[in-house]
Amino acid sequence: MAQGSMAPGIHPGRLSSDQLAENFEDLHAPFAPHEAAVAADRCYFCYDAPCVTACPTAIDIPLFIRQIQTGQPENAAKTIFDQNILGGMCARVCPTETLCEEACVRETAEGKPVEIGRLQRFATDTMMAQGVHPFERAARTGKRVAVVGAGPAGLACAHRLAMKGHDVVIHEARENPGGLNEYGIAAYKTVGGFAEAEVDWLLKIGGITVETGKALGRDLSLEGLKADFDAVFLSIGLGGVNALRADGEDKSGVANAVDFIAELRQADDLTKLPVGRNVVVIGGGMTAVDAAVQSKLLGAENVTIAYRRGREAMSASRYEQDLAASKGVKLMFNVQPVAVHGNGAAVEVELEYTTTEGGKLTGTGETLRIAADQVFKAIGQTLEGAPSGLTLDGGKIAVTGAGRTSVDGVWAGGDCATGGDDLTVTAVAEGRDAAEDIHAGLMA
Amino acid sequence: MADLTTNFLGISSPNPFWLASAPPTDKEYNVRRAFEAGWGGVVWKTLGSEGPPVVNVNGPRYGAIYGADRRLLGLNNIELITDRPLQTNLDEIARVKADYPDRAVIVSIMVPCEEAEWKAILPRVEETGADGIELNFGCPHGMSERGMGSAVGQVPEYIEMVTRWCKEYYSKPVIVKLTPNITDIRYPARAAHKGGADAVSLINTISSITSVNLDNFSPEPSIDGKGSHGGYCGPAVKPIAMNMVAEIARDPETAGLPISGIGGVTTWRDAAEFMSLGAGNVQVCTAAMTYGFRVVQEMIAGLSRWMDEKGYSSTDQFIGKAVPNVTDWQYLNLNYVTKARIDQDACIKCGRCFAACEDTSHQAISMSPDRVFEVIDAECVACNLCVDVCPVENCITMERLSAGTVDPRTGKTVSDDYANWTMHPNNPMSTAAE
Ligand SMILES: Cc1cc2nc3c(=O)[nH]c(=O)nc-3n(C[C@H](O)[C@H](O)[C@H](O)COP(=O)(O)OP(=O)(O)OC[C@H]3O[C@@H](n4cnc5c(N)ncnc54)[C@H](O)[C@@H]3O)c2cc1C
Ligand SMILES: Cc1cc2nc3c(=O)[nH]c(=O)nc-3n(C[C@H](O)[C@H](O)[C@H](O)COP(=O)(O)O)c2cc1C
Ligand code: SF4
Repeated sequence: MAQGSMAPGIHPGRLSSDQLAENFEDLHAPFAPHEAAVAADRCYFCYDAPCVTACPTAIDIPLFIRQIQTGQPENAAKTIFDQNILGGMCARVCPTETLCEEACVRETAEGKPVEIGRLQRFATDTMMAQGVHPFERAARTGKRVAVVGAGPAGLACAHRLAMKGHDVVIHEARENPGGLNEYGIAAYKTVGGFAEAEVDWLLKIGGITVETGKALGRDLSLEGLKADFDAVFLSIGLGGVNALRADGEDKSGVANAVDFIAELRQADDLTKLPVGRNVVVIGGGMTAVDAAVQSKLLGAENVTIAYRRGREAMSASRYEQDLAASKGVKLMFNVQPVAVHGNGAAVEVELEYTTTEGGKLTGTGETLRIAADQVFKAIGQTLEGAPSGLTLDGGKIAVTGAGRTSVDGVWAGGDCATGGDDLTVTAVAEGRDAAEDIHAGLMA
Repeated sequence: MADLTTNFLGISSPNPFWLASAPPTDKEYNVRRAFEAGWGGVVWKTLGSEGPPVVNVNGPRYGAIYGADRRLLGLNNIELITDRPLQTNLDEIARVKADYPDRAVIVSIMVPCEEAEWKAILPRVEETGADGIELNFGCPHGMSERGMGSAVGQVPEYIEMVTRWCKEYYSKPVIVKLTPNITDIRYPARAAHKGGADAVSLINTISSITSVNLDNFSPEPSIDGKGSHGGYCGPAVKPIAMNMVAEIARDPETAGLPISGIGGVTTWRDAAEFMSLGAGNVQVCTAAMTYGFRVVQEMIAGLSRWMDEKGYSSTDQFIGKAVPNVTDWQYLNLNYVTKARIDQDACIKCGRCFAACEDTSHQAISMSPDRVFEVIDAECVACNLCVDVCPVENCITMERLSAGTVDPRTGKTVSDDYANWTMHPNNPMSTAAE
């Protein structure tokens, strides 16, 4: 029997498995062919299209949409994969409302952009369902490249290098490849084991070996990799989490949002995954929204996002905020945590109101308490375990050009490196561009 | 509300919207429902000679061309004339006409080009009490292979001959329906006129292949792997039909000959356009076949609102109003100089005008790094392509240069005198006074 939302404390099985299955369905149902045709017909085939400029991987969007229009989603998929080998995942997870679709001229014209993300998914799903991999490796060059971290940046880099004929070994600390595609992205954005299937599909290019359970700093060293390989690409993401610096942070029931999400993504049976009755998420980014929404979907009664600044400062897009609100998540602005109360286990969170004066955030002294048996920290991830010897900048590996680090022969990209937003699509672009640069260097 | 009552050849109908001879008018059941829905008249599906009726194919009859969202833009058919017995149709026509005396009922006929055939059928048609007949000289498929339909419509002498027979053996109005599958529509129209026709109606369908199946290489609609050209109709044919109507309306040899306009009429606006080009009424087939009889309600309400707005109290007041403005190219005013103007506030920055002008026209639009598109007057020839490809209505317009200004493209001062090609110095045949 399902426990229901009202049971106090942190419990599994608040909802029946049927209800859970329904809650965690695809956020956006895939297009049926006719829907895709109608959506594709809305594209104006703009000159030097603004959507292409807005896409970090610069997919030729008008061309692929036209290829859908003319009945060839496979050619559309090829156009997408030429620029973005993880076009399938990006179609699902990109915040298109702040990327391509925001730039769409029909957004300007009538506030309704062409649904580029869903069209991209229609194309890529079509080809991937056929099991076709559209690229072939060039003749082997005999060069070997080490990639560290099998997230989107590492995978995109490895694929492009393999295409060029190089042999690639990806070293991944976790059990499974995929990075945050596998452990981070909200479950309802990538249903049906898509992340795993996509990695398998990507590896069909050949020439890529994935070694899981191999962590840089523990099992491997940068020096060793440099000695064994012709080039190294670091794409280790952001493994650390910022601390709250609030009293009672160590009480049980207080956890990292990313850990909760990873557990959720790896769970075989969501009825076994515990969630609180009263959940409070501290933070204002995509991670906060994902943790909050998924808590609600698991059956929490009250879920609150507490963000220390105003709505306009939130890094989660307006679309994400509205998604959270539509699922019943309460958004609180201008409040910061000062303490977690409870005898051993969290019971309440105490928040203080804030104001921003001259760009500086200060507490007003006025506080309030809200019930919280589970508190998720989502106030940003940090770089962890970067090999020494690399220059850092603002807590990330400093890179110039196409991902060149301060150390010769070592490139970096994705969340762990400077430049660009921390997004899947940006990681793909950086991995791809570093691969091109590595290739140019190796063949020179 | 403007009165839409239309008098065509002395036949009065409550509005100018008639259903063309086609499946919508193939039987009593349909026609009664059409009249209930508000249609002003019908041209009954074409009747053939007494005897075993024609047979239709038993596979698909239609092919289609689509716009966005499967909007039907063009339809093609390989249907023949009515495949029901003659007497059945005649009985039904008589019953319907008796019950709807205020609606126009015209009987379409197609029998072989022999006087005896026409002499035999016409009195029987007359007995039904229908208001007139329409001679189907237009059907381009099937029947034409048997020497009827467009096979007659393509030979002016036959048209004249058969029309004469009809005027002899039938007392009410005779309308001759023309085929567009001919190079100059004025010749068959003149022949009909000479034969004594009371009116012409046009167009019938255009010979066409709508698509080819790229798996079995059969034209569509495919009948067991083979296809035959069909007749094309629907919104796609309207421009062709309107030109043909206008050609007849402004031909001195057929001046005053009433015209029933057909081809792609889908909205009130289409009807108003046909009528302004000289059609006394319009006939509709594809729009009804696509949307059902109810579409006529939009046409009726739309036309009367437009007439009210323009101050017309009857359809006669605008019928033919555009005809004097249809002229030959050589008489167009070459001193009418315009330039494209882009409304920057309305512009959504798609850049289609730039691509069109830069790649395929006159390199007369500039594009800035921040996507501001501007017309370069010194290059703009005023072709209008940018206006046509712009997805935002009225964002790009053509503005006339006033007399006295200098056209930066030609360096010439714009004059408001009328001057056409016949007077132009580059024309070797120029008749301009030196
Ligand atoms: C909860 C959450 C939700 C998100 N939702 C979205 C979204 O909807 N849309 C979007 O565009 N972006 C989203 N993002 C951001 C996006 O997931 C990241 O920007 C993207 O995954 C970065 O890719 P990456 O390859 O740089 O790093 P990661 O995906 O983090 O991959 C890094 C990989 O390196 C491995 N690794 C780390 N350290 C070592 C080591 N020492 N040795 C070996 N391997 C190591 C890790 O195990 C991991 O597999 C989200 C992020 C989070 C946390
Ligand atoms: C299926 C079909 C059958 C037709 N049959 C006839 C016919 O029997 N006699 C005739 O004169 N015209 C026939 N037509 C032509 C129509 O009457 C009309 O001239 C033509 O379709 C153009 O008008 P529209 O664009 O409104 O359809 C037929 C058209 C269609 C689509
Ligand atoms: S009217 Fe023709 S020539 Fe002038 S700007 Fe537009 S497309 Fe170019």
